[in-house]
Parts: sequence; structure tokens; C-alpha cells
Amino acid sequence: MSQSKRNIKIKQEDKSTENKNYVFQLFVAGSSANSSRAIKNITSICEQYFRNSFKLEIIDVNKKPAFVITENIISLPLLIKKLPLPEEKIIGDLSDTQKVLDVLNILI
Amino acid sequence: MENKLISPSDVTPTNFLKSELLKSKTGIDGLDDITNGGIPKNRPTLVVGAPGTGKTVLSMQYIVNGIILYNEPGVYLTFEEKTDELQINLSSMGLDLNKHIEQNKLYLERLHVDRNEIQQSGKFSIDGLFVRLGLAIDKVKATRVVLDSLDTLFAGFDNGILRSELKRLFFWLKDRKVTAIITAEAGDVFLSRFGLEELVADCVLELNIRVINQIATRRLRIVKYRGSFHSTNEFPFIIDESGITIFPEVGETPQIIVSSERISSGIKAIDEMLENKGFYVGSSILITGSAGVGKTSVAASFANNASKSAMITLYCAFEESPSQIIRNMKTIGLDLDQQVKSGNLHFYFSIPSLFNIELHFIAIKKMIKKINASVVILDPVTKIMEEDINSDMRSMFVRFIDYLKMEQITVMIAATVTPNALDLVQGNEGVSSMADTCIMIESKQENGFHNKILYIVKSRGINNSKKEFEFDISNEGIKIAPIILKSKIRNGYLDNSSKISKELKSAVL
Repeated sequence: MSQSKRNIKIKQEDKSTENKNYVFQLFVAGSSANSSRAIKNITSICEQYFRNSFKLEIIDVNKKPAFVITENIISLPLLIKKLPLPEEKIIGDLSDTQKVLDVLNILI
Repeated sequence: MENKLISPSDVTPTNFLKSELLKSKTGIDGLDDITNGGIPKNRPTLVVGAPGTGKTVLSMQYIVNGIILYNEPGVYLTFEEKTDELQINLSSMGLDLNKHIEQNKLYLERLHVDRNEIQQSGKFSIDGLFVRLGLAIDKVKATRVVLDSLDTLFAGFDNGILRSELKRLFFWLKDRKVTAIITAEAGDVFLSRFGLEELVADCVLELNIRVINQIATRRLRIVKYRGSFHSTNEFPFIIDESGITIFPEVGETPQIIVSSERISSGIKAIDEMLENKGFYVGSSILITGSAGVGKTSVAASFANNASKSAMITLYCAFEESPSQIIRNMKTIGLDLDQQVKSGNLHFYFSIPSLFNIELHFIAIKKMIKKINASVVILDPVTKIMEEDINSDMRSMFVRFIDYLKMEQITVMIAATVTPNALDLVQGNEGVSSMADTCIMIESKQENGFHNKILYIVKSRGINNSKKEFEFDISNEGIKIAPIILKSKIRNGYLDNSSKISKELKSAVL
């Protein structure tokens, strides 16, 4: 309940992406088709909407398996918006740009 | 020995296939029997059933038995219940999971899956699960894996991803060479909601629960077992404090060892009717007659004598309580109490309506194993048969009798036949046809006297007496006398017991 309330509040305040530092983590498994598509998609989204105000970390869980437990990962690729709070998660190859922006509470 | 007989079981392909296909023992009572040694090793098995049918218990028992009985560590991933709740549920069944977790034999984790919390954009896979499973398997060096259940794991997946990911999951498990149990809820059209078991699982077990006459019965069926012969029947099972017990069907060619040893009936006259030796050891004896005719007295005499001769005897009472039987039998001179104290005589008592018939048999079977009984009394079995007279129950009873025969246990069954149905022996064929020896006690009213007649209807392999005998129970015990003497000693024909037994001998032999 409190989560959704907060979301609405942030949506109202967070009118622009200017002067915000975005931190993303993208979890992928190896170099599957889904992985490379997701990397390509998030990179272009970041460059288009956040210009220089973002940090994107790409993590291969095959190489760093401990993350699957700490982040409770089942489905991949998984994008987590770490900052600004609240944390948001979205799975898939991120081909639906509008859906990604919606979930991440980014209004264009 | 040149003309050695080849029994059908020697030539069936079951024997060589059994050795080809590696199996992983479940350690679950009865399940390894009906699967000819367990579930397929290093392959996935699907367990399908509606909620509450016992999928979680079965799969957890598979893991725990693996650790305890076969020293095979296991991984249990659940998407369903919280693990602490699961542990409480299972510890009530005597499964102490914490101990195994501490010893690094068990990896137990609940994976939180809530599709509503995570949005989706484009294609994805469950590679994260594979990484987790891989970690868990490596951690405890597991050879057994359980995933409980597919429905929660794949909740919210669209059909395309579901089908491809389900296949990948099964192939991944095969690739890792673990023996896996995957649970799924039963579906409407297909067996499971997914309808993919035909493609991916090597073995499919279905659990269901049915309520007949307000008594719920759990059943298990082997739907599919790739590369192995299996029965298509449903097997009833119970879940109690020791987990699941399945009541197996005796194979089509049971290896029944036929004994030529004899066992006394405990009543001299009946022994005399049976070549002076009594019953065969491991045979089934049916005592039939209307209510109050004295079946329990005959059965108790047999039980008393067997336990006296140091044979462990189990008396299953379905009508009277053990204390009632002990008290009543004292009046005819049988001290059953003494036999109970000596540890040779045990009682099983249950009100039939509390349980379904097969549950009785499972409970009795467990008790037989526990006390290592060699003689079993079922008194009366009509009471059980009354509960459900459909053919399902009959076959259950036949299976039980077959089991006793295989174990070389002599069983005496008392069955009540109502006076109207007295001459309808074929009406009771389900019981009488499986009995090796059939003793009938009839009550006849004649000239103001209520006489009881005892005769042996049949006795397989014994040249039994074909005569009818007077049967009477008094404070002095059971008296049996040849019927021809009836007219000679009218009014008190059973008073002189020494005379009777003398005359009895001459009449029989």
C-alpha cells in the first residue's frame, strides 16, 4: 500500500530526468540472444533519456552467481533501477521501450 | 530336475529391462514396489495432483529418505509455502529437516515468485533459476532435486515462454544428471495444467483424493514410466506420522511359496476333520455363519492355540473391543489375557467407519511387519465389507489376502452371513473363493431346539471330512460332535464330553 502511494508521489514530482543520477543494474546469463538484446536496448534507452546522468552496470550471473540469491533472481534478463529510490525491477529483453520507461517511473 | 518348470515370470521382459534402467529408490513404503525399484535415476519425474493430495509430502520424503537411507544429499526448492511453515508441517511427521541442513545434506530454500511485483518487457528465460539450482546442487553435492511446484514458478508466464522454459528446465535437469521430482497441479484438459508431461517427463505420477461415503481416500497412479513396465491401476495410500504408505498390488504371478506344514486350529475336532492335522501354514481360512453362531469363539481358539505355541498372532477386531473379546472368551475357558501378556498375542482394534477398508489393511500390514506376525485373525470381515461392497473393495481385499499368502501368514477370516443369505454361498463368493478352507456354521431350528451345525465346505489340498457336526459352546468350551449321534443323545447330547470325543473319532475316521 505504502509502496504504491509513494510511486504516485514520485511520479508527480519526478517530471524530468534532468539533474538526476540513475543507477541501473542489468543481470544477464552469458551471451544468449536475450542477453545481448537487453544490453543493446538498455544502453540505447539510457543514452537517449539520461544522457550523462546514469550509471549502468551489466552483471553476468554465470560469472557472479552469488547475485541470484541476494537479488532473488529467477527470470533473466533482469533490470533493477537502484537509484533514485524506490527500487524497481523489470524482466525481459527490454524491447518494449515504453513499458521500460513506465516501470522505471520516467516521464518523457 | 531335468524338466525344470519355467514360470511365466522367468520369460517376461521385465527382468532384463529392470537391469537396463537405473532407478532411484524413494524409500517410500510401497512406491518402490509398484515402480519396480523407484523413479528413473538421473531423470525428471512429474508428480501431478490437486492441492492437498500429498505432493509435497511425497517429494520431501523422497529427499529425506535419500539422505537417511541412501546417503544421497538433496535440494528442495519450493515456490509455495514458506520454508518455516513447511518445516513445521513436516516435523509433525517426524522429519527433522534442520539437522540435515546443518549437516549440509539438505539445501532447502523458498523462492519468492510474484509475477505481479515484477513487470515484463520482451522475452526472458529462467536462467536465473538454473544458476541457483546449480549453486544449490554444488553446495550439498546433491543427486536428488525437488521443485515444488511448477504452477507457482510459472504463474503469470505467457504460453510461449512457458512451453519453451518448461522444456529447458527438464533438459537442464537431465543434463545435470540429477534425479528430480517436479510437482504440478492437476489440469482439466491435460493431466497437468501445462500438458507437456508427454514430451518432457520420463515418469509421471498422479495423486488424487476421493471422498466416498464421507471417507476420503488418497490414491496414486503411475501415468507414464518411460522404458519400464508399470501397473496402470490406482493404489490407495495413507499419510501418517511416518509419511506415505502405498498399498501395492501383488504382481500378476506372485511367488507364493506353498507350505506343506500344518497348523492346529486349536480345536481338536476341527483338526480331526482336516486329516487330523489342521490347516496348512500360510493358507486362508474362512469361518462363516450368521450372527452369534460362535465364529469369534472358533477364531479365538485358533488365536489362543497359535500364540500358545509361540507364534506371533495378530487379532484384528472390527466389532468387539479387545477387552470384550478377552472377557467373553474367558467364559469358554480361553485365557487370551495371558497370551497378550506373554507378547505373542496382539490386538488391532478399529471401528470400520472411521477408516476406509484399504486404510485398515495398510494399518494392519504395518502392524504385521512391526510385530512380525505369522497368524492373523480378521473378525469379522463382513463389517469391513459392509462399508463398501463395490468391486474396488473386493479387489482390495483379494490383494490383502494375496499379500498374507506371500508372507506365509495363516489368516482366519470370520464373516457374518445373514440367515436369509445362508444358502447363498456364491453370493459371498468374493470372500469364499479366495479362502483355502471354508468352514460353515449354520443355526438350525428343529423340534423346539436351536442346534448349530458345523461343516467344512471345502479345504484345498486336504481330504476333509464331508460330514455335518453338532456345534455347541458352553462354559466348558467348544464342543463338536458328529450329527448322527443327535437322535441317540437327545436332551443333553453334549453333556458327556469324553463319550462324545470317543464317538467322534469313530465317526470321522
